[in-house]
Amino acid sequence: MEDFIVAAVKVLVAFAFLLVTVMLLIWAERRIVAFMQNRLGPNRAGPIGILQTLADGVKLMFKESMTPDRADVFLYLAAPVMALIPAFLIFLVIPVGAPITVGDTTYTLQVTDLNVGVLYILAMSSVAVYAITFAGWSSGSKYPLLGSVRASAQMISYEAAMGLALVPVIMFNGSASLAEIVDAQGATYFGWVPAWNIVLIPSFIVFLIAAFAETNRAPFDLVEAEQEIVGGFHTEYSGLRFALFFLAEYINMFNMAALTVTLFLGGWQGPVFGPTFLVWILPVFWFLLKTFLVIFFFIWVRGTLPRMRYDQLMAFGWKRLIPVSLAWIILSMVAVGVRRFGLPWA
Amino acid sequence: MSWFADLLGPWRGFTVTFRQIFKPKVTTQYPKKKRVKPQRFHGRHVLNRYPDGMEKCIGCELCAGVCPARCIYVRGADNPPDDPVSPGERFGFVYEINMLRCIFCAMCVEACPTEAITMTHLFEMSVVDREEGIFDKDSLLVEPDGTPNHPLPTTPLINIQELKLGDGWMRATSPSGRAAFEGIEAWTPSARMGGLAPAEPGQGSSQPPAPSPQPEEPDPEPEVAEEPS
Repeated sequence: MEDFIVAAVKVLVAFAFLLVTVMLLIWAERRIVAFMQNRLGPNRAGPIGILQTLADGVKLMFKESMTPDRADVFLYLAAPVMALIPAFLIFLVIPVGAPITVGDTTYTLQVTDLNVGVLYILAMSSVAVYAITFAGWSSGSKYPLLGSVRASAQMISYEAAMGLALVPVIMFNGSASLAEIVDAQGATYFGWVPAWNIVLIPSFIVFLIAAFAETNRAPFDLVEAEQEIVGGFHTEYSGLRFALFFLAEYINMFNMAALTVTLFLGGWQGPVFGPTFLVWILPVFWFLLKTFLVIFFFIWVRGTLPRMRYDQLMAFGWKRLIPVSLAWIILSMVAVGVRRFGLPWA
Repeated sequence: MSWFADLLGPWRGFTVTFRQIFKPKVTTQYPKKKRVKPQRFHGRHVLNRYPDGMEKCIGCELCAGVCPARCIYVRGADNPPDDPVSPGERFGFVYEINMLRCIFCAMCVEACPTEAITMTHLFEMSVVDREEGIFDKDSLLVEPDGTPNHPLPTTPLINIQELKLGDGWMRATSPSGRAAFEGIEAWTPSARMGGLAPAEPGQGSSQPPAPSPQPEEPDPEPEVAEEPS
């Protein structure tokens, strides 16, 4: 029974945390991109506009949710929910802080720890492709269809690169559980350099690029290119259903940033000192700080780079990222083998 | 090290966007601060009065005739002899402008023989009802003191001094109000400016630009409409 209560509390906290974070994230993105363009961005709702997303959400709730005549109604209604669920599910396996010990019970700051966490994340982000594909297909309209065709091609090809980029991480840390990967990054080289997985630089870069493509963000936002295909798969969605897509997109962005931090930047690892409550809070703080920095990088890229052409996108994915990842896997296999068994001639 | 610079070249765009974050912003926070409008800004129309309070409109319907959007409706009537509304024989009995159709081209201002209709710098004309988009004579006509009948002006955008200058048509053709002016013909861009700025060099004239015209009366200082925030 106690396990059940703990799990329920964790799920609720994670749910609320994601919603609040995404609310701030959307606002932050609009402000930062505006600042990069010498504008001010939303600053009217609440202090420095921090409640803008809330106002937008309320507005979207009161808007009419239209269904096109030619829509395949069941899939059309199911797609936004299908987009949202994987986005929430991915977050469940990400450790946001060090385990907390109260008395003789230890609570992990992670809803659940799967020993195949990395695989689970790849699976969930594959499920998210279905939502986008179904949304475009079921709208019964040409631009959403184009968007969903682009989405399926892009997300499938970059998912391959992303999966391959994660193989060296798993080999290096000897586990596919995110909690164990973070624990392994707590070690240091020479006593002071943190042993974060960012030393696997090719993996890190490939993963980051694939993360941009997975979240459909600039410069890989062909899926929802407003200028070409009027918003892509969500052209026909309005009101609360559009809000669900929007929410899913930004939760995915937060998830990808959190994953980058967890897998490559040491997760919640960081200097911890002070009294007990500080020992509990600081790991969470480090995790959020690193995540925000990665998110800032995402926004920075959006404010800087133009959109790629579609053939460039596919060529880059298949002809650059995947060969690089494969070569890097072979190299790291050799390195891991040497580390475990010694040089073959020794 | 040129290969190194070549390698970094594509990434220098990131420094550009990062630097912009700390630069001053160009946004004007509109409801709090209002930008000074350009001199020739085409804002809302007003119907002017002579300094003695008489209406300038003579009900000739030339503005209605020239209007490309067909948004002006004028009906003239004979002036009552004992209580004339305008100095002439007739006056504008009905004057309506449908602001929802108006394209703010100012051709009515050009057409008006008495400079009864001019454009101001007022631009806040939102309405909650299509009926309210039709401005009738009550809302178009300025008050006897020169202030327009407009819901929001916090400063008088129409200068009463300007109304005391020379004859409207003369002012429309010679910005200084002097008949001797040899500059370039133009019409008053807006009633509040109280005379035109000197003609710009080469502004459609064979003559060299006229020297800065001297106003015969102390030219009212063109009031800069930077409103207190």
